[in-house]
Amino acid sequence: MNAPLSILKMRLLRGMQYRASAAAGMVTQFFFGLIIIMVYIAFYEHSGAAQPMTLKEVTAYVWLTQMFYAFVAYWMYDGELFAQITSGNIAYELCRPWRIYPVWYAKLLAMRLSIAALRSLPIMAVVFLLPEPYRFALPASPGAFLLFIAALFSGLLLVAAISMFVYISVFWTMSPVGSLIVATVTGEFFAGVILPVPFMPGWLQEIVYLLPFRWTADFPFRVYTGHIGAQDALAGIGIQMIWLAALVSAGQWLMGRALRRVVVQGG
Amino acid sequence: MSLITLTGIGKSFKVAKRSAGFKEAVKALFAREHTIVEALRDISFTVREGEIVGYIGPNGAGKSTTIKIMCGVLVPDAGACSIMGFTPWKDRVRYVRHIGVVFGQRSQLWWDVPVIDSFELLRDIYAIPPRIYRKNLDLLAEMLDLADILRTPVRQLSLGQRMRCEIAASLLHDPAILFLDEPTIGLDAESKIAVRNFIKSINRERGVTVILTTHDIHDIEALADRILMIGKGTLLYDGSMSDLRGRYGTRKTITVDYKRDARPVDIPGAECLSLSVNRAVYTFDSDRINITDLINRLSAGGELADVEIGSPPVDELILKLYKEHRV
Repeated sequence: MNAPLSILKMRLLRGMQYRASAAAGMVTQFFFGLIIIMVYIAFYEHSGAAQPMTLKEVTAYVWLTQMFYAFVAYWMYDGELFAQITSGNIAYELCRPWRIYPVWYAKLLAMRLSIAALRSLPIMAVVFLLPEPYRFALPASPGAFLLFIAALFSGLLLVAAISMFVYISVFWTMSPVGSLIVATVTGEFFAGVILPVPFMPGWLQEIVYLLPFRWTADFPFRVYTGHIGAQDALAGIGIQMIWLAALVSAGQWLMGRALRRVVVQGG
Repeated sequence: MSLITLTGIGKSFKVAKRSAGFKEAVKALFAREHTIVEALRDISFTVREGEIVGYIGPNGAGKSTTIKIMCGVLVPDAGACSIMGFTPWKDRVRYVRHIGVVFGQRSQLWWDVPVIDSFELLRDIYAIPPRIYRKNLDLLAEMLDLADILRTPVRQLSLGQRMRCEIAASLLHDPAILFLDEPTIGLDAESKIAVRNFIKSINRERGVTVILTTHDIHDIEALADRILMIGKGTLLYDGSMSDLRGRYGTRKTITVDYKRDARPVDIPGAECLSLSVNRAVYTFDSDRINITDLINRLSAGGELADVEIGSPPVDELILKLYKEHRV
Protein backbone atom coordinates (compact mmCIF):
# COMPACT_ATOMS: atom_id res chain seq x y z
CA MET A 1 0.00 0.00 0.00
CA ASN A 2 1.07 3.51 -0.76
CA ALA A 3 2.73 5.14 2.29
CA PRO A 4 0.46 8.19 2.77
CA LEU A 5 -2.55 5.91 2.34
CA SER A 6 -1.38 3.48 5.00
CA ILE A 7 -0.68 6.40 7.35
CA LEU A 8 -4.23 7.60 6.66
CA LYS A 9 -5.61 4.16 7.50
CA MET A 10 -3.60 3.90 10.74
CA ARG A 11 -4.73 7.34 11.88
CA LEU A 12 -8.37 6.67 11.04
CA LEU A 13 -8.32 3.47 13.08
CA ARG A 14 -6.64 5.22 15.97
CA GLY A 15 -9.00 8.21 15.90
CA MET A 16 -11.97 5.89 16.12
CA GLN A 17 -10.66 4.47 19.38
CA TYR A 18 -11.53 7.60 21.26
CA ARG A 19 -15.27 7.13 21.65
CA ALA A 20 -15.62 9.06 24.91
CA SER A 21 -13.99 12.06 23.31
CA ALA A 22 -16.40 11.78 20.38
CA ALA A 23 -19.42 11.63 22.68
CA ALA A 24 -18.22 14.67 24.64
CA GLY A 25 -17.55 16.50 21.39
CA MET A 26 -21.03 15.74 20.09
CA VAL A 27 -22.70 17.11 23.21
CA THR A 28 -20.59 20.28 23.04
CA GLN A 29 -21.34 20.82 19.38
CA PHE A 30 -25.05 20.23 19.93
CA PHE A 31 -25.16 22.63 22.86
CA PHE A 32 -23.33 25.39 20.99
CA GLY A 33 -25.58 24.94 17.98
CA LEU A 34 -28.69 25.42 20.11
CA ILE A 35 -27.35 28.55 21.85
CA ILE A 36 -26.26 30.20 18.60
CA ILE A 37 -29.61 29.49 16.95
CA MET A 38 -31.43 30.96 20.00
CA VAL A 39 -29.45 34.17 19.52
CA TYR A 40 -30.39 34.30 15.83
CA ILE A 41 -34.06 33.71 16.66
CA ALA A 42 -34.05 36.63 19.07
CA PHE A 43 -32.26 38.72 16.48
CA TYR A 44 -34.75 37.89 13.71
CA GLU A 45 -37.78 38.56 15.97
CA HIS A 46 -36.64 42.02 16.97
CA SER A 47 -35.06 43.35 13.83
CA GLY A 48 -37.36 44.96 11.33
CA ALA A 49 -35.10 45.18 8.29
CA ALA A 50 -34.85 42.37 5.77
CA GLN A 51 -31.93 39.99 6.44
CA PRO A 52 -29.53 38.62 3.84
CA MET A 53 -30.40 35.00 4.78
CA THR A 54 -33.66 33.49 6.00
CA LEU A 55 -33.80 32.07 9.52
CA LYS A 56 -34.18 28.59 8.02
CA GLU A 57 -30.98 29.06 6.02
CA VAL A 58 -29.11 30.40 9.04
CA THR A 59 -30.25 27.45 11.18
CA ALA A 60 -29.01 24.99 8.58
CA TYR A 61 -25.76 26.94 8.31
CA VAL A 62 -25.22 26.79 12.07
CA TRP A 63 -25.93 23.06 12.27
CA LEU A 64 -23.59 22.36 9.36
CA THR A 65 -20.84 24.29 11.13
CA GLN A 66 -21.36 22.14 14.20
CA MET A 67 -21.59 18.82 12.33
CA PHE A 68 -18.51 19.41 10.26
CA TYR A 69 -16.68 21.32 12.93
CA ALA A 70 -13.63 19.13 12.37
CA PHE A 71 -13.60 20.29 8.73
CA VAL A 72 -13.64 24.01 9.52
CA ALA A 73 -11.92 24.53 12.89
CA TYR A 74 -8.41 25.89 12.62
CA TRP A 75 -7.36 25.26 16.20
CA MET A 76 -7.38 21.47 15.75
CA TYR A 77 -3.83 20.33 15.46
CA ASP A 78 -1.68 17.24 15.53
CA GLY A 79 0.62 17.55 18.54
CA GLU A 80 2.77 14.70 17.28
CA LEU A 81 3.93 16.67 14.28
CA PHE A 82 4.86 19.69 16.40
CA ALA A 83 6.72 17.37 18.77
CA GLN A 84 8.64 15.86 15.89
CA ILE A 85 10.00 19.25 14.93
CA THR A 86 10.78 20.53 18.40
CA SER A 87 12.20 17.27 19.80
CA GLY A 88 14.23 16.38 16.74
CA ASN A 89 12.45 13.12 16.01
CA ILE A 90 11.95 14.46 12.52
CA ALA A 91 15.35 12.86 11.88
CA TYR A 92 13.64 9.48 11.55
CA GLU A 93 10.84 10.94 9.45
CA LEU A 94 13.49 12.19 7.02
CA CYS A 95 15.13 8.77 6.79
CA ARG A 96 12.06 7.31 5.15
CA PRO A 97 11.63 7.08 1.38
CA TRP A 98 8.85 9.65 1.22
CA ARG A 99 8.40 13.35 0.88
CA ILE A 100 7.35 14.98 4.14
CA TYR A 101 4.67 17.28 2.74
CA PRO A 102 2.31 14.60 1.36
CA VAL A 103 2.75 12.42 4.43
CA TRP A 104 1.96 15.20 6.88
CA TYR A 105 -0.88 16.34 4.67
CA ALA A 106 -2.33 12.83 4.80
CA LYS A 107 -1.98 12.83 8.59
CA LEU A 108 -3.87 16.11 8.89
CA LEU A 109 -6.64 14.90 6.60
CA ALA A 110 -6.90 11.65 8.53
CA MET A 111 -7.17 13.46 11.85
CA ARG A 112 -10.04 15.66 10.63
CA LEU A 113 -11.78 12.82 8.83
CA SER A 114 -11.66 10.51 11.83
CA ILE A 115 -13.11 13.19 14.13
CA ALA A 116 -15.87 14.15 11.70
CA ALA A 117 -16.73 10.55 10.83
CA LEU A 118 -17.78 9.86 14.39
CA ARG A 119 -19.59 13.12 15.08
CA SER A 120 -21.36 14.37 11.97
CA LEU A 121 -23.89 11.58 11.41
CA PRO A 122 -25.21 11.31 14.99
CA ILE A 123 -25.59 15.10 15.23
CA MET A 124 -27.35 15.09 11.86
CA ALA A 125 -29.77 12.39 13.00
CA VAL A 126 -30.74 14.38 16.09
CA VAL A 127 -31.07 17.82 14.50
CA PHE A 128 -33.33 16.54 11.71
CA LEU A 129 -35.81 15.59 14.44
CA LEU A 130 -35.75 18.83 16.42
CA PRO A 131 -38.92 20.96 16.57
CA GLU A 132 -39.12 24.11 14.44
CA PRO A 133 -37.46 26.59 14.33
CA TYR A 134 -34.46 24.53 15.47
CA ARG A 135 -34.93 21.80 12.90
CA PHE A 136 -32.15 21.19 10.36
CA ALA A 137 -33.62 21.73 6.89
CA LEU A 138 -33.13 19.30 4.00
CA PRO A 139 -30.82 20.51 1.22
CA ALA A 140 -32.26 22.92 -1.31
CA SER A 141 -32.38 20.21 -3.99
CA PRO A 142 -30.71 16.84 -4.75
CA GLY A 143 -28.39 18.73 -7.10
CA ALA A 144 -27.49 21.21 -4.37
CA PHE A 145 -26.74 18.27 -2.06
CA LEU A 146 -24.29 16.70 -4.50
CA LEU A 147 -22.60 20.04 -5.10
CA PHE A 148 -22.46 20.53 -1.34
CA ILE A 149 -20.66 17.20 -0.84
CA ALA A 150 -18.10 18.11 -3.51
CA ALA A 151 -17.62 21.61 -2.08
CA LEU A 152 -17.36 20.27 1.49
CA PHE A 153 -14.60 17.81 0.65
CA SER A 154 -12.61 20.23 -1.46
CA GLY A 155 -13.02 22.60 1.49
CA LEU A 156 -11.47 19.93 3.71
CA LEU A 157 -8.53 19.64 1.32
CA LEU A 158 -8.15 23.41 1.54
CA VAL A 159 -8.26 23.50 5.34
CA ALA A 160 -5.48 20.91 5.50
CA ALA A 161 -3.42 22.89 2.97
CA ILE A 162 -3.87 26.09 4.99
CA SER A 163 -3.04 24.49 8.33
CA MET A 164 0.15 22.98 6.86
CA PHE A 165 1.55 26.51 7.03
CA VAL A 166 1.15 26.48 10.81
CA TYR A 167 3.26 23.31 11.00
CA ILE A 168 5.86 24.66 8.61
CA SER A 169 6.14 27.86 10.65
CA VAL A 170 7.23 25.85 13.69
CA PHE A 171 10.52 25.06 11.90
CA TRP A 172 11.30 28.75 12.44
CA THR A 173 9.42 29.62 15.64
CA MET A 174 9.95 26.35 17.55
CA SER A 175 6.59 26.89 19.27
CA PRO A 176 3.19 26.36 17.66
CA VAL A 177 1.26 28.67 20.02
CA GLY A 178 1.59 31.95 18.12
CA SER A 179 0.91 30.55 14.66
CA LEU A 180 -2.06 28.58 15.97
CA ILE A 181 -3.70 31.62 17.53
CA VAL A 182 -3.20 33.70 14.40
CA ALA A 183 -4.51 30.90 12.18
CA THR A 184 -7.52 30.26 14.42
CA VAL A 185 -8.60 33.87 14.81
CA THR A 186 -8.13 34.97 11.21
CA GLY A 187 -9.05 31.63 9.66
CA GLU A 188 -12.30 31.00 11.50
CA PHE A 189 -13.46 34.60 11.24
CA PHE A 190 -12.78 34.95 7.52
CA ALA A 191 -14.17 31.48 6.84
CA GLY A 192 -17.54 32.56 8.22
CA VAL A 193 -17.48 30.06 11.08
CA ILE A 194 -18.19 32.75 13.67
CA LEU A 195 -20.59 34.86 11.58
CA PRO A 196 -21.95 33.87 8.15
CA VAL A 197 -20.34 36.06 5.51
CA PRO A 198 -23.64 37.59 4.17
CA PHE A 199 -24.13 39.28 7.58
CA MET A 200 -20.82 41.09 7.36
CA PRO A 201 -20.66 44.71 6.19
CA GLY A 202 -20.07 45.16 2.49
CA TRP A 203 -16.46 46.34 2.72
CA LEU A 204 -15.58 43.36 4.91
CA GLN A 205 -17.22 40.96 2.47
CA GLU A 206 -14.98 42.34 -0.26
CA ILE A 207 -11.96 41.41 1.81
CA VAL A 208 -13.39 37.98 2.65
CA TYR A 209 -13.88 37.21 -1.03
CA LEU A 210 -10.21 37.92 -1.71
CA LEU A 211 -9.03 35.37 0.87
CA PRO A 212 -9.05 31.56 0.65
CA PHE A 213 -10.73 30.93 4.01
CA ARG A 214 -14.38 31.36 2.97
CA TRP A 215 -14.07 28.45 0.54
CA THR A 216 -13.72 26.06 3.49
CA ALA A 217 -16.97 26.86 5.38
CA ASP A 218 -19.10 29.71 4.05
CA PHE A 219 -19.12 28.38 0.50
CA PRO A 220 -20.07 24.70 1.01
CA PHE A 221 -22.66 25.52 3.68
CA ARG A 222 -24.42 28.10 1.54
CA VAL A 223 -24.42 25.66 -1.36
CA TYR A 224 -26.35 23.25 0.88
CA THR A 225 -29.01 25.81 1.76
CA GLY A 226 -29.31 26.93 -1.85
CA HIS A 227 -28.21 30.44 -0.93
CA ILE A 228 -25.55 29.93 -3.57
CA GLY A 229 -27.09 28.60 -6.78
CA ALA A 230 -25.92 25.64 -8.85
CA GLN A 231 -24.15 27.78 -11.47
CA ASP A 232 -22.17 29.71 -8.87
CA ALA A 233 -21.50 26.51 -6.94
CA LEU A 234 -19.88 24.85 -9.95
CA ALA A 235 -17.74 27.90 -10.60
CA GLY A 236 -16.89 28.02 -6.89
CA ILE A 237 -15.63 24.45 -6.86
CA GLY A 238 -13.33 25.44 -9.70
CA ILE A 239 -12.02 28.35 -7.64
CA GLN A 240 -11.51 26.02 -4.68
CA MET A 241 -9.31 23.84 -6.90
CA ILE A 242 -7.28 26.84 -8.02
CA TRP A 243 -6.73 27.90 -4.40
CA LEU A 244 -5.84 24.33 -3.46
CA ALA A 245 -3.23 24.09 -6.19
CA ALA A 246 -1.75 27.46 -5.22
CA LEU A 247 -1.64 26.74 -1.48
CA VAL A 248 -0.23 23.24 -1.87
CA SER A 249 2.54 24.40 -4.18
CA ALA A 250 3.39 27.31 -1.87
CA GLY A 251 3.38 24.93 1.11
CA GLN A 252 5.63 22.43 -0.62
CA TRP A 253 8.05 25.15 -1.61
CA LEU A 254 8.19 26.52 1.94
CA MET A 255 8.54 23.04 3.39
CA GLY A 256 11.49 22.44 1.09
CA ARG A 257 13.13 25.60 2.41
CA ALA A 258 12.37 24.62 6.01
CA LEU A 259 13.91 21.18 5.56
CA ARG A 260 17.04 22.63 3.99
CA ARG A 261 17.69 24.65 7.13
CA VAL A 262 16.40 21.99 9.50
CA VAL A 263 18.29 21.61 12.74
CA VAL A 264 17.76 18.34 14.52
CA GLN A 265 17.05 19.50 18.05
CA GLY A 266 18.68 17.71 20.94
CA GLY A 267 21.75 16.26 19.22
CA MET B 1 35.46 1.82 -6.05
CA SER B 2 34.35 3.23 -2.75
CA LEU B 3 30.79 3.10 -1.51
CA ILE B 4 30.85 6.34 0.45
CA THR B 5 32.89 9.40 -0.44
CA LEU B 6 32.85 12.62 1.55
CA THR B 7 34.87 15.56 0.31
CA GLY B 8 35.36 18.75 2.27
CA ILE B 9 32.06 18.56 4.16
CA GLY B 10 31.42 21.60 6.38
CA LYS B 11 28.44 22.54 8.49
CA SER B 12 27.84 25.34 10.96
CA PHE B 13 24.94 26.08 13.29
CA LYS B 14 23.69 29.36 14.66
CA VAL B 15 23.27 29.11 18.42
CA ALA B 16 21.35 31.68 20.46
CA LYS B 17 23.12 32.72 23.62
CA ARG B 18 22.15 34.66 26.68
CA SER B 19 23.40 34.97 30.22
CA ALA B 20 21.36 33.89 33.19
CA GLY B 21 18.84 36.16 34.90
CA PHE B 22 15.55 37.89 34.24
CA LYS B 23 17.10 41.08 32.90
CA GLU B 24 19.06 39.15 30.34
CA ALA B 25 15.97 37.20 29.34
CA VAL B 26 14.06 40.42 28.67
CA LYS B 27 16.99 41.80 26.72
CA ALA B 28 17.06 38.65 24.61
CA LEU B 29 13.47 39.33 23.58
CA PHE B 30 14.64 42.32 21.58
CA ALA B 31 18.17 41.61 20.56
CA ARG B 32 19.39 38.08 20.54
CA GLU B 33 23.03 37.24 20.43
CA HIS B 34 24.07 34.48 18.14
CA THR B 35 27.29 32.64 17.81
CA ILE B 36 28.14 30.54 14.85
CA VAL B 37 29.31 27.09 15.87
CA GLU B 38 31.32 25.27 13.27
CA ALA B 39 30.16 21.71 13.77
CA LEU B 40 32.15 20.24 10.90
CA ARG B 41 35.16 21.54 9.02
CA ASP B 42 36.51 20.03 5.83
CA ILE B 43 35.64 16.41 6.58
CA SER B 44 36.80 13.99 3.89
CA PHE B 45 36.96 10.21 3.91
CA THR B 46 35.92 7.20 1.91
CA VAL B 47 34.41 3.89 2.96
CA ARG B 48 34.57 0.71 0.93
CA GLU B 49 31.78 -1.81 0.61
CA GLY B 50 31.62 -4.32 3.47
CA GLU B 51 33.65 -2.30 5.95
CA ILE B 52 32.73 -1.67 9.58
CA VAL B 53 33.86 1.81 10.48
CA GLY B 54 33.88 3.12 14.03
CA TYR B 55 33.34 6.84 14.23
CA ILE B 56 34.56 8.21 17.52
CA GLY B 57 35.15 11.51 19.22
CA PRO B 58 34.24 13.42 22.36
CA ASN B 59 30.74 14.80 22.93
CA GLY B 60 29.90 17.62 20.56
CA ALA B 61 32.68 16.71 18.15
CA GLY B 62 30.31 16.39 15.19
CA LYS B 63 29.78 12.63 14.97
CA SER B 64 25.99 12.74 14.89
CA THR B 65 26.05 15.70 12.51
CA THR B 66 28.16 13.72 10.06
CA ILE B 67 25.84 10.72 10.36
CA LYS B 68 22.80 12.94 9.76
CA ILE B 69 24.41 14.45 6.68
CA MET B 70 25.17 10.98 5.35
CA CYS B 71 21.54 9.97 6.00
CA GLY B 72 20.17 12.92 4.05
CA VAL B 73 18.62 14.53 7.13
CA LEU B 74 20.88 17.57 7.28
CA VAL B 75 22.18 19.66 4.42
CA PRO B 76 25.86 20.64 4.74
CA ASP B 77 27.06 24.18 4.01
CA ALA B 78 30.04 23.05 2.01
CA GLY B 79 31.52 20.00 0.38
CA ALA B 80 30.27 17.02 -1.56
CA CYS B 81 29.09 13.60 -0.57
CA SER B 82 28.39 10.65 -2.78
CA ILE B 83 26.96 7.44 -1.38
CA MET B 84 26.14 4.63 -3.82
CA GLY B 85 26.07 7.34 -6.48
CA PHE B 86 23.50 9.46 -4.63
CA THR B 87 23.91 12.84 -2.99
CA PRO B 88 21.99 12.11 0.23
CA TRP B 89 20.29 15.48 0.73
CA LYS B 90 19.47 15.95 -2.94
CA ASP B 91 18.26 12.46 -3.81
CA ARG B 92 16.94 11.82 -0.31
CA VAL B 93 13.75 9.95 -1.19
CA ARG B 94 15.41 7.55 -3.63
CA TYR B 95 18.56 7.23 -1.55
CA VAL B 96 17.15 6.36 1.89
CA ARG B 97 15.66 3.12 0.56
CA HIS B 98 19.18 1.73 0.54
CA ILE B 99 20.13 2.65 4.08
CA GLY B 100 19.07 1.66 7.56
CA VAL B 101 19.44 4.09 10.44
CA VAL B 102 19.33 3.77 14.22
CA PHE B 103 19.59 6.87 16.37
CA GLY B 104 20.30 5.37 19.78
CA GLN B 105 18.75 8.26 21.64
CA ARG B 106 15.50 8.34 19.71
CA SER B 107 12.87 5.79 18.82
CA GLN B 108 11.42 4.91 15.45
CA LEU B 109 8.86 2.54 16.97
CA TRP B 110 5.32 3.63 17.75
CA TRP B 111 5.22 3.99 21.49
CA ASP B 112 1.84 2.54 22.38
CA VAL B 113 1.34 -0.28 19.89
CA PRO B 114 3.03 -3.70 19.76
CA VAL B 115 6.39 -3.85 17.99
CA ILE B 116 4.97 -5.92 15.16
CA ASP B 117 2.57 -3.09 14.21
CA SER B 118 5.50 -0.73 13.78
CA PHE B 119 7.26 -3.33 11.65
CA GLU B 120 4.21 -3.70 9.46
CA LEU B 121 3.91 0.03 8.99
CA LEU B 122 7.58 0.10 7.96
CA ARG B 123 6.82 -2.72 5.53
CA ASP B 124 4.15 -0.50 3.93
CA ILE B 125 6.37 2.59 3.98
CA TYR B 126 9.25 0.83 2.23
CA ALA B 127 6.87 -1.25 0.09
CA ILE B 128 8.74 -4.43 1.05
CA PRO B 129 7.38 -7.44 -0.87
CA PRO B 130 5.59 -9.82 1.56
CA ARG B 131 7.94 -12.73 0.90
CA ILE B 132 11.06 -10.70 1.64
CA TYR B 133 9.44 -9.10 4.67
CA ARG B 134 8.54 -12.51 6.07
CA LYS B 135 12.03 -13.85 5.45
CA ASN B 136 13.76 -10.85 7.02
CA LEU B 137 11.42 -10.77 9.97
CA ASP B 138 12.02 -14.46 10.74
CA LEU B 139 15.74 -14.07 10.37
CA LEU B 140 15.96 -10.93 12.51
CA ALA B 141 13.63 -12.34 15.16
CA GLU B 142 15.86 -15.37 15.44
CA MET B 143 19.18 -13.54 15.44
CA LEU B 144 18.07 -10.85 17.88
CA ASP B 145 15.87 -13.14 19.96
CA LEU B 146 12.70 -11.12 19.42
CA ALA B 147 10.10 -13.88 19.27
CA ASP B 148 8.75 -13.20 22.75
CA ILE B 149 8.63 -9.43 22.54
CA LEU B 150 7.16 -8.77 19.09
CA ARG B 151 3.65 -8.62 20.49
CA THR B 152 4.51 -6.39 23.46
CA PRO B 153 3.74 -2.66 23.35
CA VAL B 154 6.96 -0.71 22.92
CA ARG B 155 6.48 1.28 26.11
CA GLN B 156 6.68 -1.93 28.16
CA LEU B 157 10.02 -3.06 26.74
CA SER B 158 13.30 -2.69 28.58
CA LEU B 159 15.93 -0.50 26.95
CA GLY B 160 17.89 -3.52 25.78
CA GLN B 161 14.83 -5.16 24.25
CA ARG B 162 13.82 -1.90 22.61
CA MET B 163 17.26 -1.38 21.09
CA ARG B 164 17.19 -4.87 19.59
CA CYS B 165 13.80 -4.02 18.05
CA GLU B 166 15.13 -0.67 16.76
CA ILE B 167 18.01 -2.43 15.03
CA ALA B 168 15.66 -5.02 13.54
CA ALA B 169 13.37 -2.21 12.33
CA SER B 170 16.25 -0.59 10.47
CA LEU B 171 17.10 -3.79 8.60
CA LEU B 172 13.68 -4.99 7.42
CA HIS B 173 14.12 -3.45 3.97
CA ASP B 174 17.51 -5.03 3.20
CA PRO B 175 19.63 -1.88 3.36
CA ALA B 176 23.13 -1.94 1.92
CA ILE B 177 24.46 0.47 4.54
CA LEU B 178 23.59 0.61 8.21
CA PHE B 179 24.20 3.79 10.19
CA LEU B 180 24.20 3.31 13.93
CA ASP B 181 24.39 6.40 16.09
CA GLU B 182 25.29 5.19 19.57
CA PRO B 183 23.51 1.84 19.34
CA THR B 184 24.79 0.62 22.71
CA ILE B 185 24.06 3.73 24.76
CA GLY B 186 22.68 2.79 28.17
CA LEU B 187 22.74 -0.97 27.56
CA ASP B 188 23.95 -3.54 30.07
CA ALA B 189 26.90 -5.85 29.32
CA GLU B 190 24.74 -8.69 28.05
CA SER B 191 22.71 -6.59 25.64
CA LYS B 192 25.84 -4.83 24.43
CA ILE B 193 27.44 -8.14 23.56
CA ALA B 194 24.26 -9.32 21.82
CA VAL B 195 24.13 -6.15 19.74
CA ARG B 196 27.83 -6.37 18.85
CA ASN B 197 27.59 -10.00 17.80
CA PHE B 198 24.60 -9.21 15.69
CA ILE B 199 26.30 -6.29 13.94
CA LYS B 200 29.27 -8.53 13.20
CA SER B 201 27.21 -11.31 11.71
CA ILE B 202 24.99 -9.02 9.65
CA ASN B 203 28.17 -7.50 8.23
CA ARG B 204 29.75 -10.86 7.50
CA GLU B 205 26.74 -12.76 6.25
CA ARG B 206 24.87 -10.10 4.33
CA GLY B 207 27.75 -7.81 3.47
CA VAL B 208 26.09 -4.79 5.06
CA THR B 209 28.47 -1.86 5.39
CA VAL B 210 28.26 -0.50 8.92
CA ILE B 211 29.14 2.93 10.22
CA LEU B 212 28.73 3.34 13.93
CA THR B 213 29.39 6.07 16.44
CA THR B 214 29.98 5.19 20.03
CA HIS B 215 31.62 6.26 23.25
CA ASP B 216 32.12 2.68 24.29
CA ILE B 217 35.59 1.72 23.26
CA HIS B 218 34.80 -1.97 23.62
CA ASP B 219 32.31 -1.59 20.77
CA ILE B 220 35.12 -0.32 18.61
CA GLU B 221 37.56 -2.99 19.69
CA ALA B 222 35.04 -5.74 19.10
CA LEU B 223 33.71 -4.46 15.80
CA ALA B 224 35.64 -1.93 13.84
CA ASP B 225 38.48 -2.77 11.50
CA ARG B 226 38.91 0.91 11.01
CA ILE B 227 38.32 4.00 13.10
CA LEU B 228 37.73 7.58 12.16
CA MET B 229 38.29 10.04 14.95
CA ILE B 230 36.81 13.48 14.94
CA GLY B 231 37.35 16.31 17.39
CA LYS B 232 36.02 19.87 17.26
CA GLY B 233 34.65 19.20 13.79
CA THR B 234 37.87 18.07 12.13
CA LEU B 235 39.00 14.59 11.25
CA LEU B 236 41.99 13.68 13.43
CA TYR B 237 42.69 10.07 12.68
CA ASP B 238 41.73 7.63 9.98
CA GLY B 239 43.21 4.20 10.21
CA SER B 240 43.15 0.79 11.78
CA MET B 241 43.07 0.01 15.45
CA SER B 242 46.44 -1.77 15.30
CA ASP B 243 48.12 1.23 13.68
CA LEU B 244 46.82 3.35 16.52
CA ARG B 245 48.28 0.91 18.99
CA GLY B 246 51.57 0.88 17.12
CA ARG B 247 51.69 4.64 17.23
CA TYR B 248 51.00 5.10 20.88
CA GLY B 249 51.09 1.62 22.28
CA THR B 250 54.81 1.20 22.83
CA ARG B 251 54.37 2.61 26.31
CA LYS B 252 53.69 -0.24 28.65
CA THR B 253 53.03 -0.57 32.32
CA ILE B 254 54.67 -3.12 34.56
CA THR B 255 53.23 -4.12 37.94
CA VAL B 256 55.59 -5.88 40.30
CA ASP B 257 54.52 -7.75 43.45
CA TYR B 258 57.24 -8.38 45.98
CA LYS B 259 57.23 -11.06 48.63
CA ARG B 260 58.51 -8.72 51.29
CA ASP B 261 58.53 -4.95 51.72
CA ALA B 262 59.53 -3.33 48.49
CA ARG B 263 62.20 -0.74 48.13
CA PRO B 264 61.83 1.67 45.24
CA VAL B 265 64.33 0.97 42.54
CA ASP B 266 65.25 3.85 40.35
CA ILE B 267 65.44 2.71 36.77
CA PRO B 268 66.56 5.19 34.15
CA GLY B 269 63.91 5.56 31.42
CA ALA B 270 61.09 4.05 33.50
CA GLU B 271 58.78 6.07 35.64
CA CYS B 272 57.45 4.89 38.98
CA LEU B 273 53.69 5.44 39.08
CA SER B 274 52.80 4.08 42.48
CA LEU B 275 54.44 2.29 45.31
CA SER B 276 52.71 0.51 48.16
CA VAL B 277 53.87 -2.06 50.71
CA ASN B 278 54.38 -5.00 48.39
CA ARG B 279 53.69 -3.55 45.01
CA ALA B 280 55.25 -1.11 42.57
CA VAL B 281 53.93 0.12 39.22
CA TYR B 282 56.15 1.57 36.50
CA THR B 283 55.57 2.74 32.97
CA PHE B 284 58.22 2.51 30.30
CA ASP B 285 58.73 2.66 26.59
CA SER B 286 59.26 -0.85 25.22
CA ASP B 287 61.25 0.57 22.30
CA ARG B 288 63.85 2.01 24.60
CA ILE B 289 64.09 -0.44 27.48
CA ASN B 290 64.69 -4.14 27.23
CA ILE B 291 62.14 -6.05 29.30
CA THR B 292 64.55 -8.75 30.58
CA ASP B 293 66.90 -6.04 31.65
CA LEU B 294 64.10 -4.26 33.42
CA ILE B 295 63.00 -7.31 35.38
CA ASN B 296 66.56 -8.03 36.44
CA ARG B 297 66.88 -4.58 37.83
CA LEU B 298 63.52 -4.77 39.57
CA SER B 299 64.47 -7.98 41.34
CA ALA B 300 67.21 -6.03 43.00
CA GLY B 301 64.49 -4.41 45.08
CA GLY B 302 63.46 -7.69 46.71
CA GLU B 303 62.20 -11.18 45.94
CA LEU B 304 59.60 -11.07 43.15
CA ALA B 305 56.22 -12.73 43.62
CA ASP B 306 54.52 -11.71 40.39
CA VAL B 307 55.17 -9.50 37.38
CA GLU B 308 52.50 -8.29 35.02
CA ILE B 309 53.13 -6.31 31.86
CA GLY B 310 50.21 -4.56 30.21
CA SER B 311 49.47 -2.36 27.22
CA PRO B 312 47.53 0.76 27.99
CA PRO B 313 43.79 0.40 27.44
CA VAL B 314 42.42 1.90 24.24
CA ASP B 315 40.67 4.58 26.25
CA GLU B 316 44.05 6.01 27.10
CA LEU B 317 45.18 5.90 23.49
CA ILE B 318 42.13 7.87 22.54
CA LEU B 319 42.73 10.40 25.28
CA LYS B 320 46.26 10.77 24.01
CA LEU B 321 44.99 11.44 20.53
CA TYR B 322 42.61 14.05 21.93
CA LYS B 323 45.47 15.65 23.82
CA GLU B 324 47.78 15.62 20.87
CA HIS B 325 45.19 17.50 18.83
CA ARG B 326 44.08 19.61 21.77
CA VAL B 327 40.38 18.72 21.66
